[in-house]
Amino acid sequence: MTKYANAFGRDDNTTIVRRKSNFLKDISSDKKAVFGLVVLSIFAFFALFAPWVAPHDPNGLDFDMLMPPSLQFPLGTDDLGRDLLSRVIHGTQISLFVGVSTVLIALVFGVALGLVAGYYGGWIDYVIMRYIDLQWAFPNFIIAVYLVAVFGAGLLNIIIAISLAFLDDFARIARSMVLTIKEEQYIAAAKVSGASSARILWRHILPNATAPIIVQATVSVSYAILGEASLSFLGLGVEADTPTWGLILADGRSFISRAWWLGLFPGIAIMLTVLSINFLGDGLRDHLDVREVKDV
Amino acid sequence: MTGYLLKRTFGAFLVMFAVATLVFFMLRLVPGDPIAAMLFDVGDPDAIEEIRSKLGLDQPMYVQYGKWLWYAVQGDLGNSIYGSRAPVGQLISEALPRTLSLASLSFVVATAIAIPAGLIAATRKNTGLDYTVTFAAFLGLSMPDFWLAILLIIVFAANLHWLPAIGYVPLSEGFWPWFSHLILPSIAVGTAFSAIVARMIRSSMLEVLNADYMHVARSKGLSELTLILRHAFPNALIPVITVIGIAFALLMSGAVVVENVFAIKGLGRLLIQSILNRDYPVVQGSILIVSAIFVFSNMLVDILYTLVDPRIRYQS
Repeated sequence: MTKYANAFGRDDNTTIVRRKSNFLKDISSDKKAVFGLVVLSIFAFFALFAPWVAPHDPNGLDFDMLMPPSLQFPLGTDDLGRDLLSRVIHGTQISLFVGVSTVLIALVFGVALGLVAGYYGGWIDYVIMRYIDLQWAFPNFIIAVYLVAVFGAGLLNIIIAISLAFLDDFARIARSMVLTIKEEQYIAAAKVSGASSARILWRHILPNATAPIIVQATVSVSYAILGEASLSFLGLGVEADTPTWGLILADGRSFISRAWWLGLFPGIAIMLTVLSINFLGDGLRDHLDVREVKDV
Repeated sequence: MTGYLLKRTFGAFLVMFAVATLVFFMLRLVPGDPIAAMLFDVGDPDAIEEIRSKLGLDQPMYVQYGKWLWYAVQGDLGNSIYGSRAPVGQLISEALPRTLSLASLSFVVATAIAIPAGLIAATRKNTGLDYTVTFAAFLGLSMPDFWLAILLIIVFAANLHWLPAIGYVPLSEGFWPWFSHLILPSIAVGTAFSAIVARMIRSSMLEVLNADYMHVARSKGLSELTLILRHAFPNALIPVITVIGIAFALLMSGAVVVENVFAIKGLGRLLIQSILNRDYPVVQGSILIVSAIFVFSNMLVDILYTLVDPRIRYQS
């Protein structure tokens, strides 16, 4: 009993150590991933310290309207005389917060559902998977739109909507990982040694299923950010006075023929963020050698 | 095969039934009564009561559900409660051709870009061309479609005046008016899909190019062009066909957003406008139709696979 535990414990440890050292080496030699990390760090800094980084009040109607980019206003001003740079910097907060929080929620609940379904099988598996299959038949963004139709707009509601929309991706990955890992000998050993189901799931199955879950999470954050931006752009997102990238683009839309900067810069912010996450995700996918991740 | 078809069709109807049921009850059971919220704008409590009874909302839930389902099956999705008060079915049948035009043209645009791009990247692996295609694909995946739509309007409509900025003209009024209104929206919708397909073709071609039969074909002295177009490409396409299934999903969700930028009164715009107007019969109806498009196009793709690849038939 203890022999098994020790042997497997040591094995696990050595694997983890090897991966960690490789990870830093792999990532630092991957130019795309480094670019992604640097850009994301800058945006994360903007998000955390927006009030100090932004040169002006994002909602202050303090300046001349529709001023083109200049030294004083590097990204110009909008139709109400607000400084676009300050609004874009503040917009980082909502985008990153929604992107990360929705994926974390989806990950926790989705993985839990998938683990339970795959581990116990039987009718539990049947019930959970019929729902997951139903959701799988539709693109995540469309599900998010449906849910916003039901819950209404607003920050909390779009977080719930986007989290629910991404649930199926994590549930499916976790379930398929359990189904493979369940057959391994060390699980039989753990069972024989009297470990409870919860302990087996938490200590033995989950740690071995992390790689594809991490890669899926990275991809999902980029889609969640795009989803939030699209919902906000359509008027189904956060409250109208919150500066978010999607909303800034929606506000500026009527003026783009006169003020191109209103249509250009907030979009560049979205694209750079999503591109960086995709670069990082690609690096992780190569490093962790994961192939099966849903691309919608 | 007949058994498979029957099973698949039955499954599709089951999914539609589940969606219809979920949508119906979620709109009514979610805390805060979304329909009450929709009617809140009316104000006067008596007027609200009158509307509720007129719409049958004062009846027990199961009666409402039964009635709605019974009429929906017959094609009657009720009437809009906003603006024109037009029948939902009529609104949808007006919107549908626009969305289908946009989605199919986007598909054409996307594949027309993706196939050559993927082929070039694979055959010129690790050259400047390959890096350019790979990077462009990353950009395409990272650009929000509505932002691309705005950029296209700024450049090609507002500044160059080459193409119209917004609107839709039916095909019956001539090819060019129809086509010119759809070019920019199709590029906006198709770009992300095109990026995915180009990446898939590249990696699938790279695998095929290393296969044994390629070495045989090359040793026979065939020209590089014959090798690629006759031997490698058709085989590389097999895994790519699987993404056609997600194509529709991507193109439809793209259309939902992009239609709103170009003011094309398609299904996507109908859905979003009805949510914004709290016009719940239209919300219900358009969700149902959008879902039906997904479910039945998925079914069609699955059936096509079994025709293309018999192994799938035996597995199921």
